[in-house]
Amino acid sequence: MGKDMGRYIVKRVLIAAVTLLAITFLLFLLMDLLPGSPFNNEKLNEAQRALLEHKYGLDKPFFVRYWIYLNNLLHGNFGISYVIAVDQPVSGMMASRLPITIRMGVQAMLIGVVVGLIFGIIAALKKNTWIDTIATICSVIGFSVPAYVFALFLVFFAAFKMGWFPIRFAIDQPVFSSILPTLSLSAYIIATMARYARSEMIECLSSDYITLAKAKGISEQKVIIRHALRNTLVPIITVVSPLMIGLITGSVVVEQIFGVPGLGQMLLSGVQNNDYNVIMAVALVYSFLYIVIMLVVDVLYGFIDPRIRVSGGKA
Amino acid sequence: MQDMNLNIPDVPAEKLTLVHRDPSDFHEISEVYENTSYWKDAALKMLHNRGAMVGIFMIVGIILFAVFAPIASARTYDEVILEHNFLPPRIPVLENFGIFDGVRDGVDVYAQREIPENVYYYFGTDSLGRDLWTRLWNGTRLSLLIAVIAVVIDLVIGMSYGLVSGYFGKTVDFLMQRFVEVLNGIPQVVLVTLFALVLEPGISSIILALLVSGWIPMSRVARAQMLKQKGQEYVLASHTLGTNSRKTIFGEIVPNVLGQVVTMSMFSIPSAIFTESYLSYIGLGVRAPMASLGSLVSDGYSSFLSYPYLVIAPVTVLAILMISFNLFADGLRDAVDPTMKEM
Repeated sequence: MGKDMGRYIVKRVLIAAVTLLAITFLLFLLMDLLPGSPFNNEKLNEAQRALLEHKYGLDKPFFVRYWIYLNNLLHGNFGISYVIAVDQPVSGMMASRLPITIRMGVQAMLIGVVVGLIFGIIAALKKNTWIDTIATICSVIGFSVPAYVFALFLVFFAAFKMGWFPIRFAIDQPVFSSILPTLSLSAYIIATMARYARSEMIECLSSDYITLAKAKGISEQKVIIRHALRNTLVPIITVVSPLMIGLITGSVVVEQIFGVPGLGQMLLSGVQNNDYNVIMAVALVYSFLYIVIMLVVDVLYGFIDPRIRVSGGKA
Repeated sequence: MQDMNLNIPDVPAEKLTLVHRDPSDFHEISEVYENTSYWKDAALKMLHNRGAMVGIFMIVGIILFAVFAPIASARTYDEVILEHNFLPPRIPVLENFGIFDGVRDGVDVYAQREIPENVYYYFGTDSLGRDLWTRLWNGTRLSLLIAVIAVVIDLVIGMSYGLVSGYFGKTVDFLMQRFVEVLNGIPQVVLVTLFALVLEPGISSIILALLVSGWIPMSRVARAQMLKQKGQEYVLASHTLGTNSRKTIFGEIVPNVLGQVVTMSMFSIPSAIFTESYLSYIGLGVRAPMASLGSLVSDGYSSFLSYPYLVIAPVTVLAILMISFNLFADGLRDAVDPTMKEM
């Protein structure tokens, strides 16, 4: 098992590293194709623009620039911002924003997973009753409606009409003012989790070992907690990667609506200002986070379920 | 069988008695099951699925409104009447019940601005006095168009990619799957944003964004289905008869995986509609005066707190559209192949 697992982990890490490298290349190529230049200012004439491009090394051939970029990247240097904060290092801009986005993501994930699991399990235990129907309707809504729609809804009712929460995120009260954005982000997670937990739990409850446990005279409660719940929880880590995508997607617009100074907002302002290094950095960090989470999930699942690592990750 | 000499003595049936069985366990055949085809069976299952029927009903309703409302409307989506800006919604008949009566903060805005009694803006007007009702259904047309485009992209690119990758296997499959892995490693929202930047904002930029990433889940399903089908006898038979790969894949195998493939393409509709609304919302989608559900939300957002109806209408239609397509796709999956996974 030890050797098996070690090889499996090394293989997964290598694949993740190669994927990341390919992503940097793809993104860099894409940046090169983008129309418009970061120096779009109409006051600049051709010579001045050429001078600026030379100053930032934008006139060098593609592969030379890519090589320089990669080298810098290995030293944690994402280059400098051309437009948003002229000549400021992008890594510095990111240092203050990344923790905010991550914290909000973790909050949303925790709330979403816990609430979603509870809903899903209750729905499964009360299968085909009105409770189940209501839970299913809610989860279809949560699954379908985009996070920014929830965000607008919450801003209007909970913040503007009722005045319970601040309309915009305030850095001096980071917990209280992050409640609404967190809730908007977690709606999708709650819904996905509830759906998944429900079907997984129903499958568990109808399996032979549950019938056996019941036949042996174990009480209903014990059967559910000791046997069904445990086996429901294990496969649930596989849903984490798609949930992560939902979080990243949600964060971009939700951050903008609540004025949260996070990565998503940085991406949008980079896009609006043609600030290549900023766009590139945010895209890379998002991809990095996603790939690392996928890697962790894969490895964890390999630990739990030996069939996965034997078949080389193809379940 | 005839050669076997079992030496069973000839015993009349009435001398035999049942052992361990109760004669009351045997029933007359009470029901003759009809022989139904695959697609008829799926259609019957859909009819009994309440969620799916609600979904279909709402989709048809929205399509009817999107097609006929702009035609029936006396106004066009880009008609600017500045004197009529920010009028609250007013609908005939309903106005008598205290809703949609053109009143804002206790003031009848229509009367205050001396707008004739017979002028109705069902969903109100925006900052330029454009009719939200007409713009909304025009925008819905765009979302429905995107839905059709998403299905086409899924069927043309996604299905072919997955089938080819699964069919040839080995190096071809390895390279094709690594490529998908790289594309998949970039969160879709980032990928879509970047590709939408390459072209000028508009429908073409939205389509390009969908072309890049919309088909990936479909390619997975198609590949998995292909791996299931590949080893079956009819594929071997097709090979043996000398059919070439293209004909084997699209002539023999595709009809056998069509159910799963069509179901999967339905799942990509809500995500394509979301992509469009997201791109338009952040300003990379359609340009004014054209309207889409996303751009309407984005336009209304700046005056959201004072004129919430500008956002509520497009958001409601968007939500209903996404919910109905999800319900429909869920129902279709349950009818066609309940074991199918979405991802």
